Amino acid sequence: MSALPIIEHPRAAAEFVANRERTRWHDKALWFVREKRDRMVRTIPEWEWLREMASQIKTHTIANLAEYLEQFERSATAAGAHVHWARDAEEHNTIVLRILRENRAQRIVKSKSMLTEECHLNPFLERHGIEVIDSDLGERIVQLREETPSHIVLPAIHIKKEEVGDTFHQHLGTAAGASDPKYLTEAARDHLRDKFLRADAGLTGVNFAIAETGGIVICTNEGNADLGASLPPVHIASMGIEKLIPRAIDLAVFTRLLARSATGQPITTYTSHFHGPRRDLSGQQTGQLHLILVDNGRAQIRDSPEFREALHCIRCGACMNTCPVYRRSGGHSYGAVVPGPIGSVLSPTIDAKRHKSLPHACSLCGSCTDVCPVRIPLHHQLLAWRKELAARRLLPWSKRLAMKGVTFVFQHPALMNWMGKMSRMALRWTPRPLIYHRWNDWGKGRELPIPPQQSFREWWVKNRGAGSAEVQSAHETDRHRRPKEE
Amino acid sequence: MRVGLFVPCYIDQFYPDVAHSTLEVLERCGVEVDFPVAQTCCGQPMANTGCTDQAARLAQRAAEIFAPYTHVVCPSGSCTSMIRHHCDEYFETSDDFGLRGKVFELCEFLHDVLCVEEFGVHFPHRVGLHQSCHGLRELRLGWSSETMTHRDDKVRRLLQRVEGLQLVTLRRADECCGFGGTFAVNEADVSVAMGLDRIDDHAQAGAEVIVAGDMSCLMHLEGLLRRNKQRLEVMHVAQVLAGRPRAHEVVSRDANAKRLERGSP
Repeated sequence: MSALPIIEHPRAAAEFVANRERTRWHDKALWFVREKRDRMVRTIPEWEWLREMASQIKTHTIANLAEYLEQFERSATAAGAHVHWARDAEEHNTIVLRILRENRAQRIVKSKSMLTEECHLNPFLERHGIEVIDSDLGERIVQLREETPSHIVLPAIHIKKEEVGDTFHQHLGTAAGASDPKYLTEAARDHLRDKFLRADAGLTGVNFAIAETGGIVICTNEGNADLGASLPPVHIASMGIEKLIPRAIDLAVFTRLLARSATGQPITTYTSHFHGPRRDLSGQQTGQLHLILVDNGRAQIRDSPEFREALHCIRCGACMNTCPVYRRSGGHSYGAVVPGPIGSVLSPTIDAKRHKSLPHACSLCGSCTDVCPVRIPLHHQLLAWRKELAARRLLPWSKRLAMKGVTFVFQHPALMNWMGKMSRMALRWTPRPLIYHRWNDWGKGRELPIPPQQSFREWWVKNRGAGSAEVQSAHETDRHRRPKEE
Repeated sequence: MRVGLFVPCYIDQFYPDVAHSTLEVLERCGVEVDFPVAQTCCGQPMANTGCTDQAARLAQRAAEIFAPYTHVVCPSGSCTSMIRHHCDEYFETSDDFGLRGKVFELCEFLHDVLCVEEFGVHFPHRVGLHQSCHGLRELRLGWSSETMTHRDDKVRRLLQRVEGLQLVTLRRADECCGFGGTFAVNEADVSVAMGLDRIDDHAQAGAEVIVAGDMSCLMHLEGLLRRNKQRLEVMHVAQVLAGRPRAHEVVSRDANAKRLERGSP
C-alpha cells in the first residue's frame, strides 16, 4: 500500500478551489443538505438523547464485539444464510468471486456499498471477466464516468446535471444537451431495469446487522438494493464487522438518526430487512443469501483507545455535509475511499504515510463532532492523529523545526519581546515584494496585520510594571465608572 | 479575587488594543488585574501540529506563571479551551496548579462570574457576530447550530447590553471562518475561500463591523478585507465592551481634527 503516492490534500484542494464558481456551487449544494438535516432534527426533542443512546449502544457492541459476531453468525446461519469471514480486502474479493463462480454468475448488480469500494471489488471482478453494474443512480453516473464516489451518501454530488446529461448522452443515448433531472433519471431507470432483469447475482452493502436475529437491514432511497436482492437468485451482502447492533429493538435508535443525519429525511424510502435467504409462500428456499463479514483493519482500530470510537460510524455522511473544508475542497481532494472528517480519521489507520496530510485538512472547528449522530469526537480524533503523525516522524522536518524554534522563543520572554519588536519593525519598513512573495502562504490572499508601535507587554512594563509611578495611580484614579463590586 | 490577565501572544504583539480593552473592561468592573510579564504562549500551535513535547513545555510554563492567581482571564476562546480541555494531556493533574479550573474566557468571566448587567458604553452600529469555533463548540459559550442542547449565547448577551448596538442575522450562524491556526497557511487556498464566504455572509446581512471573541479569526478576516479593500471592519468583543469607536470613525475624527487645525472647513 505504501507504494501508492502520498496524497497532498492542500494541492488537490487548491485545484478545486481555483474554480471559485464551482466551489460555491458545491458548498451550497451540501449546505442545503445540512440545513435540511437541521430542520428535521429540530422536530425531534429527544435528539441529543438519541445520539447519546446510539453512542452507548455502539460502545457496548464494540466492547463485546467477538461475542456479538458469534451470536450473529449463529442466528444468521440458523435463518439459512451462509456466513463468510474475510480478514482483509483481498480475502473478501476472493470470497465474492468464489461464490459467483460456484453459481456461474457472469453479470452482477451492486447497490451502494462503501465497503466494496474500500476493497476495490469492481476492478477485481472486472479483471476476472465479470460485469459489475452499480445500480445506485449516483454510483452509476460515477461508474460511467470512470470516477470514484466523492461522497459516501451522495456519490455524484460533485457532478452538475448538465455533465450527467453529457455522460448519459454518450453512454445511454439520451438526447444531446438534455439536463432535465427527471428525463435523465427515467433514462437511467430504463437502462438499469434491463441490468436488474439479466443479473445473475445481486451485491449489497449492509447498514445494520442484528446479532439477536441474524437479520440485516439495508436503507436506500431508490429501492435498487431491493431489486438487486430479490430478482437474481443469489444475494451477497458485504459488511464491516462494526455494523453490528445487539438487538432488534436497538435498530429504532439508529434508523431515526440515520436518514435525518444523512439527507434530512425522517426515514429512508426503503428500509429493508433480510432474515435468511428468500423463500416462496410455502416456505421453500428459492435463493441464496451470503453474508461476508470483513475486518480489513477494523480490529486494529478497535484495539486503539484513541480511535476506537471511529467504529461507531454509521456512514451517514453528515460530517461531510457540515465540514467547511470538505464543502470547499470536494471529496476527491482527500484521495481516499471515505472523504471528509471520518475519512481523515479512518484513512490513516490503513496507511498513515499515504494519508498524512488528511488530519491537517481541518480547521478544528468541531462542527463534525456536534453533527455526528453517534457522537464520534471527530475533531479531537483528528487532533490525536496529528500527535500520532508527529510521533511517527511523519510531520515534515520544516514544521518540526519551526515548532521547536518557536517553542524556544516562547520559553524566553525577553527574546520573544525582542523578536516581536524586530518583526513589527521589519513588517513596517520592508518593501512589499520582500514580504508578499510566493513562499508567504498567509500573504497569498490576505494582508498581514498592521504592526503597532508598542506591544501590550511593553506598555505594561513601562506603565504598570514594578516601580512604575502609574501602578498606584492607575488604581487610585478611577478613570471610569465602576458598575458594581463583586 | 486576584485576576491574572492572560494575553495571547499574537494579541500582545499585533493587537495590543484588544489587551488594553480587556484590562479596561475588567478594571471598570472593579477587578484587580495583574499581567505576569513572564507569560508567553499556552502551547496551542504546537499541540495542534502534534508536537507534544513542545506543547507540554509551554503548557507547564503557563501553569507555573499563573499559579498565584485565583482567576485567569483570557480574551480568546481558543487559548482558553487549549488550557481547559487539552492541557491535561501534557501534565500530571498535580502540577497544573489548578489552572484548568480557574481559566476563563473574557465573555464567560463577565457573564458567569462577574454577572455584568451593563457596560455603560454605546456602539450605534450594525454588528455581525462571528462565533469563533473554539469558544462556541469547545467552551460552549453559545448554542451551536448542530446541536439540540439549549445554551445561553453569552457573547451575544453581552453585546445586547451595549447601547445602540444592532445585531444582524447571518445566513450561516456559526460557520468557521477558515483561520484554524496553522491550517491558515497549510491549506491557504481553502482557508481563504472559507474566509471570503464568511465575509460575504456578513456583508449581505448589512453588518458594518464583524465582532468576535477571538482576534485570530479576525486577523484572518481583516487580512482578507484589507486585501480586497472592503469597508467592513473587524473588532474584538472586548473593544466594543470597552467603548472603542469604529476605526473609520477614528480616522474621520482625526481627519476632521486635522482639517480644523489647518483652518479649512
